[in-house]
Amino acid sequence: MSEPRETFDADDLRELHRMMAVLRFLEERVKELRLAEEVRGSVHLALGQEAVAVGACAALAPIDTLTATYRGHGWAAAKGVPVVAILAELLGKEIGTNGGRGGSAYLSSADHLFLGENSIVGAGAPIALGPALASRYDGSGRVSLTVFGDGAINQGSVSEAFNFAAAFALPVVFVCENNGLSELTRIDEMVADDQLWRRAGGFGLPGVRIDGNDPVAVRTAVREAVERARAGGGPSLVEAMTERIAGHYIGDHELYRRPGEVEAALTREPLVRSRQRLRELGVSDADVDDVERGARDEVDAATATARDAELSQSSTVREHMYVDH
Amino acid sequence: MSITEHNEHRPVTAETADLSYVLAVNAALRRALDEVPEVILYGEDVAKGGGIFGATRGLASAFGDRVFDTPISESAILGSALGAAMLGRRPVVEIMWIDFALVALDQIVNQIANTAYVSRGRWRAPLVIRTQQGHLPGACAQHAQNLEAMFAHTPGLRVGLPYTTQDAYDMLLSAVHCDDPVLIIENRSLYFRERVPVAVNGPVQPIGAAAVRRAGSDATVVAWSAVLAEVLAAADELSGEGIEIEVIDLRWLNPLDEATVFASVRKTSRFAVVHEANLTGGFGGELVARVAERCLGDLDAAPRRVATPDLRIPAAPHLQQAVIPQVADITASLRQLVSE
Repeated sequence: MSEPRETFDADDLRELHRMMAVLRFLEERVKELRLAEEVRGSVHLALGQEAVAVGACAALAPIDTLTATYRGHGWAAAKGVPVVAILAELLGKEIGTNGGRGGSAYLSSADHLFLGENSIVGAGAPIALGPALASRYDGSGRVSLTVFGDGAINQGSVSEAFNFAAAFALPVVFVCENNGLSELTRIDEMVADDQLWRRAGGFGLPGVRIDGNDPVAVRTAVREAVERARAGGGPSLVEAMTERIAGHYIGDHELYRRPGEVEAALTREPLVRSRQRLRELGVSDADVDDVERGARDEVDAATATARDAELSQSSTVREHMYVDH
Repeated sequence: MSITEHNEHRPVTAETADLSYVLAVNAALRRALDEVPEVILYGEDVAKGGGIFGATRGLASAFGDRVFDTPISESAILGSALGAAMLGRRPVVEIMWIDFALVALDQIVNQIANTAYVSRGRWRAPLVIRTQQGHLPGACAQHAQNLEAMFAHTPGLRVGLPYTTQDAYDMLLSAVHCDDPVLIIENRSLYFRERVPVAVNGPVQPIGAAAVRRAGSDATVVAWSAVLAEVLAAADELSGEGIEIEVIDLRWLNPLDEATVFASVRKTSRFAVVHEANLTGGFGGELVARVAERCLGDLDAAPRRVATPDLRIPAAPHLQQAVIPQVADITASLRQLVSE
């Protein structure tokens, strides 16, 4: 595992911690809303994976685009989509990102250049080629980041995207969020070589495996990839190692887990890790508690607003099929 | 349909060129690249090779890096077109054979077709997928299908099938100017038809209108794409027997010009649809259903469908002829239709 140089101070890490806490509390709130059946349908939580989204998005500029996966509430939030718009989307509200057309697993926000989550495993990678291709013509300097899981790396569409991006030196950053599980199946049983980052070499793009539970390590690696892409150096693959401390979906019996696996993961999940690091930097637990309280207040306020908001109008359900109709 | 304004600053002069179908496609692409700076054109073998049927010949040398070859990666071609369209380009991508679209159907059905609706129009996908389909003698079962109904069944996609050489030019240009994703399905059996005069610098047409190719009073026949040649030949033959068939070239399956079909059926009181695609689930079934829903009282006979039976397509020419609608199949069916 390569360890890129990391530079940070207490204020910097405190802010990363705050954002990770927002993502954590957002997902916990989503879980509550789903169990209460206020939110309907499949919901996929990214509990434990917050450092990847927060670190990667911290390396992006506002002009950069993002495609994510159905486990993408946190990615949307890290890209700047307001938490209230995410929760409202899950609740089918007019003020939701998509007015209830997208739902938990397929929300997007043009205002934030978030091209969207995707419920088709591996489908976001080919789409992410497009903003990078467009930047060749529009002179924007845009970089396109796409995140997918370890399971998606076995989809042909992802291999197509690796090659297409590499062949044309497109400014794409591929982030493989490796939580060790492709849905309900262990990735190491589905590949002969579980060092997924090594696939990059076969396509002629740089690949690196990093600690995905450390937001600074993620930000550093992604920033390096973004800067290379923006400078014309082409695409990169960053494999961020993390652990999912929730099921694949709410209701998952997690029969594939090894004994003690989740308990061990809980001792090294991102918020535990960054609290420890803040302590080492002289930030007291009380200060960190304050940061987390602020994050929780933000999610609580967003929940209240989203709950109070109007449902989207059924009378508009046929609109927007076509630009002109 | 929205016509972007690139065209309006240019003087439009009446101008015709003698073109074959494939040259009309080429001329439309050239004009699109010339007039719409956001257009980029790419696909397998389209740049240096000029396309396997020559549809894109000469465009790479004229337009530089806006025209390029790609890896044989249909998901990457279509996905990148979507992402580029969302960020302001107007990609025109070629899928060499419609059969190849099936390896990347996800990008068309799950991704492209959902973009505008799911985002309430905040993301748009103004892109064109050019492809071609249909049988030619010897073409194998993976190079001879007619899959238009599959795409017409997908809300969110505009689907057009140009038959005339003028339409090969006009409909493609309309597609480029349309802000919705458009699938243009050409037919390679038409590519090398004789040259005809084509108006090449006229105003961009709106999408979606059917065209009456032959007026008649005894029955209405709707068809599209290459099989129209057989339908028109059948109509000529029947005319010699005193039976006058009205032939409608549907041109667009989405948007669907029902009004032209219904008006004709109300006039003739008899309706048939002919397509080269397989019978079951073919678009002909949809048209028959709509005519039944809206014009049942006007009909003097049950509607008829002439289509390829529910078979895979054999390669040998004599076997193909045995299953794909021929002029004799059409005349026989229409004689029965008008005698009922």
